[in-house]
Amino acid sequence: MQMPEPDARVLSRKAEIVARLREVLPADAVIDDEAETRAYECDALTAYRCPPLCAVLPASTEEVSAVLTICHEEGVPVVPRGSGTSLAGGALPTADSVILGVARMNEVLETDYENRFIRVQTGRTNLSVTGAVEEEDFFYAPDPSSQLACAIAGNIAMNSGGAHCLKYGVTTNNLLGVTMVLMDGTVIELGGAHLDPGGLDLLGLVCGSEGQLGVVTEATLRILRKPEGARPVLIAFNSNEVAGECVSDIIKAGVLPVAIEFMDRPCIVACEAFAKAGYPDCEALLIVEVEGSEAEIAEQLGLITQIARRHDPVELREAQDADEAGRIWLGRKSAFGAMGQINDYMCLDGTIPVSALPQVLRRISELSREIGLEVANVFHAGDGNMHPLILFNANQPGELEKCEALGAEILKLCVEVGGCLTGEHGVGIEKRDLMSVQYAPADLEAQMAVKDVFDPGWLLNPAKVFPLAVSEARRAVAAE
Amino acid sequence: MRPETETELAEMIRDASGPLRVRGGGTRAVGRSAGEVLETGAMSGIVLHEPGALTLVAKAGTPLAEIEAALEAEGQRLAFEPMDHRGLLGTDGAPTIGGVAAANVSGPRRVQAGACRDFMLGVRFVDGAGRVVSNGGRVMKNVTGYDLVKLMAGSWGTLGVMTEIAFKVLPKPAATATLVLAGLSPEEAVPVLSQALGSPFDVSGAAHLPEGPKGGPLTLVRIEGFADSVAYRGGRLSELFARHQPVVETDAARGAALWKAVRDVESFHGKPGDVWRISCTPSDAPALAARLGAEALVFDWGGGLIWALLPEGADARDRLGAGFRGHATAVRASGDLPTFQPEPAPVAALSAGLRARFDPKGLLNPGLMA
Ligand SMILES: Cc1cc2nc3c(=O)[nH]c(=O)nc-3n(C[C@H](O)[C@H](O)[C@H](O)COP(=O)(O)OP(=O)(O)OC[C@H]3O[C@@H](n4cnc5c(N)ncnc54)[C@H](O)[C@@H]3O)c2cc1C
Ligand SMILES: Cc1cc2nc3c(=O)[nH]c(=O)nc-3n(C[C@H](O)[C@H](O)[C@H](O)COP(=O)(O)OP(=O)(O)OC[C@H]3O[C@@H](n4cnc5c(N)ncnc54)[C@H](O)[C@@H]3O)c2cc1C
Repeated sequence: MQMPEPDARVLSRKAEIVARLREVLPADAVIDDEAETRAYECDALTAYRCPPLCAVLPASTEEVSAVLTICHEEGVPVVPRGSGTSLAGGALPTADSVILGVARMNEVLETDYENRFIRVQTGRTNLSVTGAVEEEDFFYAPDPSSQLACAIAGNIAMNSGGAHCLKYGVTTNNLLGVTMVLMDGTVIELGGAHLDPGGLDLLGLVCGSEGQLGVVTEATLRILRKPEGARPVLIAFNSNEVAGECVSDIIKAGVLPVAIEFMDRPCIVACEAFAKAGYPDCEALLIVEVEGSEAEIAEQLGLITQIARRHDPVELREAQDADEAGRIWLGRKSAFGAMGQINDYMCLDGTIPVSALPQVLRRISELSREIGLEVANVFHAGDGNMHPLILFNANQPGELEKCEALGAEILKLCVEVGGCLTGEHGVGIEKRDLMSVQYAPADLEAQMAVKDVFDPGWLLNPAKVFPLAVSEARRAVAAE
Repeated sequence: MRPETETELAEMIRDASGPLRVRGGGTRAVGRSAGEVLETGAMSGIVLHEPGALTLVAKAGTPLAEIEAALEAEGQRLAFEPMDHRGLLGTDGAPTIGGVAAANVSGPRRVQAGACRDFMLGVRFVDGAGRVVSNGGRVMKNVTGYDLVKLMAGSWGTLGVMTEIAFKVLPKPAATATLVLAGLSPEEAVPVLSQALGSPFDVSGAAHLPEGPKGGPLTLVRIEGFADSVAYRGGRLSELFARHQPVVETDAARGAALWKAVRDVESFHGKPGDVWRISCTPSDAPALAARLGAEALVFDWGGGLIWALLPEGADARDRLGAGFRGHATAVRASGDLPTFQPEPAPVAALSAGLRARFDPKGLLNPGLMA
């Protein structure tokens, strides 16, 4: 993966830049020691690493503004960082960049049950937002699997989703407002406790902009009352096709489960070996979860099992109690851990129309055989968000490249059938060079025009999202 | 001008020398923007409807009625419940899906299901320089690049003319019930709505009509879903609000009529005055309404949306006061107040910057939003 040459002028001014940052931040909030900056050299896409010029950990919007004002004056690129769990390399530094981490900004600023929102500093982790409202039986809906670690900051930047977004939507559908600092230090407010903007939907534009438009320091999030209960059913099939048809039929029938998760044989086998959840021996497995009161759950599960039976399942297991529900989810929730035990893996995130599921799974297994790397599939089937996990051995020369080549083929396939490169992880550096597969030059030009407006100098996370060749002219002007 | 294809539209915009008024169904007289009329109606038709994938793609000039009929045939709907403005604005014509998207039109269900913008999966549009741009797609989850779909939603044709839009659609519920509470004041009603929306019973509509169809105030709480579930939740909510003696309306037609009255702000129809649409923090609604001194009011979204009928020329923003957090739109106004809430300077600069990039010659509905 190519990254731009670091700006020699910035590198040579490191001491001055660090000194200026120390003037506006407490001493322990500016990290320039080489051993310590290593902590920020990568995110969860660990194949790529580069320590930054330095890292700063501001504690307030004012401090963020002061940092950005200095970096703007000095012409230093800034890479915002939440918890560093991006799988796309979104928080990967360059040697000439300042990492701006919001980890110290994790306060709850306001909780309002009457109006159903919470306002937090964005360094707060996803799970601890729900944690802050749980005692009143409320929750924050978007639930990425990384929710214990990932920050609201990263969630907003990547427009993250989760297993339950089939019903509740992704981050953008649950974000009411932000406080954001522009690259020149200007602080703006978008949205708030009310719904929908009065002018252009800049909030909608900021969500999912991968840290390239501004640094988000505070967020107003919609919170919801917890349903009375939830229960999964496990349905096993002898082919991916049939499982795919079953998903489509459930959706068509008007049941809107909170989650429909899909696992294929390689994934089931790996999870079973790891977590011993007692999954049946089958080709494809669905976990469908519904919510409501006892009676409502029974009604919905009745309908779902009726539909499933029409497709001859090998097994149909309804959770009778919390324990059994836990066991049904156990394997799925340990999927990533299970894969990590076997091998290194790369997690893709392409999204496809649900109707293309069987065809795409078939083609993935052909590609996997052709290239000679195993692929396990586990994904959010209700909304077509695939997560093919390509297994490889990073220590074996050439395997990473093989893995990336297979990944690119799979993502191209997703676009070909009417889908997209990434459903929830973001483009970062990982899918940057594939953007031209999905978008024509004019499409990318329109997106870059937005960055021109928010960050005319192209200093915020500049080497991400757009293919380097496409953004080159803009970044070159910035470097002057 | 009435282009039949996207290519033709792009040529027309490239060749245009003066301002253009973009018009879908023209169910509203196009505000204060001047210029030659550019109609989208000839770019019409449903391109794709995949019920099992919950997606529908249509050309922007497609009549809303055609889309609703196609969805109805599969037991589906646009869940954001777009309102019909014809009664309120005294216009006729057939609303188009492009007009709905460009105005981000969302009805009572917005409070639960989301706004029009939340259901837009992808757009194609021609910007003010005649460039054809595609963004998003037709899949449910997509974070590939920036979300220009949200930017186009609610941009009122000032950044580009949409040619094709992909929507997420949802199944129609098997049953609907509405709790009707009579005789409450806004001060009493808004906490009730708030309690309903904060309950685990998945309320899909929460409105208060100070002047119901029969004259007296009505407070409405809607639930939708499978029959048994609706009955159960209706029962639980009735217990919750027993002190207000709720009546549960389960008749489909009568229930729908109540929600149409809310959605289309029927109590204002045929009345003179200016119509303001105010988005606010729900619990602020009663106090804000009192400050407005309106001739008529409708509260939707649990109080988060206030429709106010004010005397001609009155400035709602002035009456709401300096501490007001939210925004007020002059939907039907006689004076020369700005239609949309003026933005703080740095935000206005960003909006203006975007307009300058997407419509460098200032051709598209100039002055409508800024
Ligand atoms: C095991 C595992 C499971 C995962 N499961 C899911 C899942 O189910 N769904 C899902 O959507 N994702 C998932 N992810 C991906 C990842 O957790 C999300 O993308 C998450 O939102 C990143 O948050 P973060 O705080 O770690 O952000 P970081 O990794 O620190 O940064 C992510 C991006 O956000 C930008 N950013 C950070 N802070 C700010 C800020 N304050 N202002 C502006 N931009 C900022 C960064 O520049 C970067 O581009 C998973 C990751 C792992 C490792
Ligand atoms: C001053 C005013 C304010 C209003 N405010 C609101 C509001 O805040 N919320 C609300 O829900 N409804 C509002 N409405 C009503 C709304 O305009 C109509 O209900 C809806 O747009 C009807 O669709 P149409 O096809 O008739 O649109 P039209 O009336 O033809 O067009 C509506 C708007 O969308 C633009 N437009 C139409 N087609 C396209 C396209 N293909 N690409 C780009 N732009 C296009 C038009 O230029 C115009 O600005 C308002 C109306 C008025 C007069």
